[in-house]
Amino acid sequence: MSSGALTLMLLVQISTTIVTGFFFWKVLKTPPKPEPDSYDDNDNDPR
Amino acid sequence: MAGNAVGLGNFLRFPVQAVQNGGGAFIIPYLVCFLLMGIPLLWIEWSVGRYGGRYGNHSTPFILDNMTHRSFWKYFGVFGIFTNIAVAAYYCYIESWTLSYVYHSIRQTFSGMSQGEVANFFVSYTDVEHSTTGIPYEAVIFYLLCLFLNTWILSKGLKGGVEKVAKIGMPLLIGFGFLLAMRGWTLGDSGAPVGCTDCDSSMGLDFLWSPNFTSLTDPKVWMAAAGQIFFTLSVGMGTIQCYAAYVRSKDDIALNAMSAGWMNGFVEIVLGASIVIPIAVGYLGLDWVKNNAGFSMAFQTMPFLFDKWGAVLGTLGGVMWFGLLFFAGITSSLAMGTPWMGFMRDEFDWNNNKSAWSFGGLVLLMGLPTVFFFQEGVFDEYDYWAGTVSLVVFALAETILFSWIFGIDKGWDEINRGADMRVPSIYKPIIKYVTPLLLLFVFLGAMFTPKDNNWKRAFTEGWELDKSSIIGNITHQGLVANKDYVAEVFESEVTGVVAGIRNDRGKQQIDIADAKGSVIKTYEFSAKQTVTVAAGDAVDVLTPLATGKFYNKVLFTDMSRLYLVALFVFIALLVRKATRLRRQTGREA
Repeated sequence: MSSGALTLMLLVQISTTIVTGFFFWKVLKTPPKPEPDSYDDNDNDPR
Repeated sequence: MAGNAVGLGNFLRFPVQAVQNGGGAFIIPYLVCFLLMGIPLLWIEWSVGRYGGRYGNHSTPFILDNMTHRSFWKYFGVFGIFTNIAVAAYYCYIESWTLSYVYHSIRQTFSGMSQGEVANFFVSYTDVEHSTTGIPYEAVIFYLLCLFLNTWILSKGLKGGVEKVAKIGMPLLIGFGFLLAMRGWTLGDSGAPVGCTDCDSSMGLDFLWSPNFTSLTDPKVWMAAAGQIFFTLSVGMGTIQCYAAYVRSKDDIALNAMSAGWMNGFVEIVLGASIVIPIAVGYLGLDWVKNNAGFSMAFQTMPFLFDKWGAVLGTLGGVMWFGLLFFAGITSSLAMGTPWMGFMRDEFDWNNNKSAWSFGGLVLLMGLPTVFFFQEGVFDEYDYWAGTVSLVVFALAETILFSWIFGIDKGWDEINRGADMRVPSIYKPIIKYVTPLLLLFVFLGAMFTPKDNNWKRAFTEGWELDKSSIIGNITHQGLVANKDYVAEVFESEVTGVVAGIRNDRGKQQIDIADAKGSVIKTYEFSAKQTVTVAAGDAVDVLTPLATGKFYNKVLFTDMSRLYLVALFVFIALLVRKATRLRRQTGREA
């Protein structure tokens, strides 16, 4: 495997893994909203 | 939503697109498309859907109509139903392969087979007249079973249950995919058959990841990259809008869209890129992979890998891999049913049962030609027009509508409403200028690609279209032989030497090899047709290979295009009828 290919592969795969991990962690960290959402003033909104 | 987004596209379609578009030539446009089109479109579609849902619209024709005063936009929304049905038609067929391969793994059908036999097994399987199990029309039976399962789940409203199972299935698939990726990274030339000089998994990785900057000027590669991003993220399809229409107006969409999008990207870029291509190259060679790239690659190689693990582990590996792929596929195909069902429920007051079975009926009508005429190229036509071109057209239309007609300021507020993350402000100008311009460039470039992708010559010496351009495709510019729908002589489409004539499944197969001796084309003729060449004969393009009665591929190509157009017109007429009904009942947006 050429060094150019190896560099691109590692760069892309590692950065994708880090960003995915970050968003996954952020979703887990976000507290669930009580009620369907955290606002009461939109409950009568048409859907 | 990640369950819906992670599907067969990640493991099966991505490798095909990468190989067909030059490996390293594909990866750079692919990454650019992901960052500048995929991510913005995820936000656009989630916010557009949630906005439409607030006004009681759950399918794209009237979601788009709701955002503007010009009624023709709703006809762009037809794509959001059309694409789902057309893609589901062939997607269900791939799903049925996974189901069938679970069955064959349990029966240990592949036990002791050589790599070539495993690859040929798939060809036998898709020959509907032939049965690998003794069940007549086996491929059709598995397709019907798969479609029935999808429709039944939709009709009973059990989609939520499947999604719960997918919550266990997805991590399992990712975990098992990681194991297989490890094999892809480490296989090397240890699986090479005797005499194979290009059987080395690292050559596959090298082919895939060697940066190739010349691809940056090839619209065909950009079109394929954009199509793959849209297919895999399910954007440009109408599915996301339908899901988002049920999200409350102040719930988060920004973070959810990102986490689903990047999870999908991870599965595709890290796992999808490391399994099928390197393993197929390791066992079959780079030339074989380049000449045989297709959705079928995983089915033609992975059973051979599992067989090497021994009877018990091999069976378990096959059941897990194909079974988990089936789960990944069914969560996506179920999602494809929701736009049609949402539309029929909103506009014609159809209940769940009626709308689900009508979806199943439409998919069956559209899908049977892909099963019966798979080897005549109907499947690939559907994938090109519905699974690539339509996605780009719809994405372009909705991006223009969102940024320029609905207005980027209103749109930006929609994206950020209730967001659990701060959306980077750089994406505001990207959504307004870069995404639509890039989409326009990709679409027009692919539509009018000049011959040999030589833009300089096109501008200075006159514009001759390339056969790979959209117009070149429509006008069959790539067709060099067998141009009539029905003919009495079948001509060679390639130059080479007849490497051998075999008999299999009662059919005569002619292998044409290139100067290096690699088989570049295999033709199959029935017993009623007479082969007119012998082994060792040199053949050129247009050299007659056989006589008899032939229904040429061009007939099936044009039939499938007409079929797709008919589906689009049918849905557009339904939208027209729904518009009239809305006027009559005072439900206009």
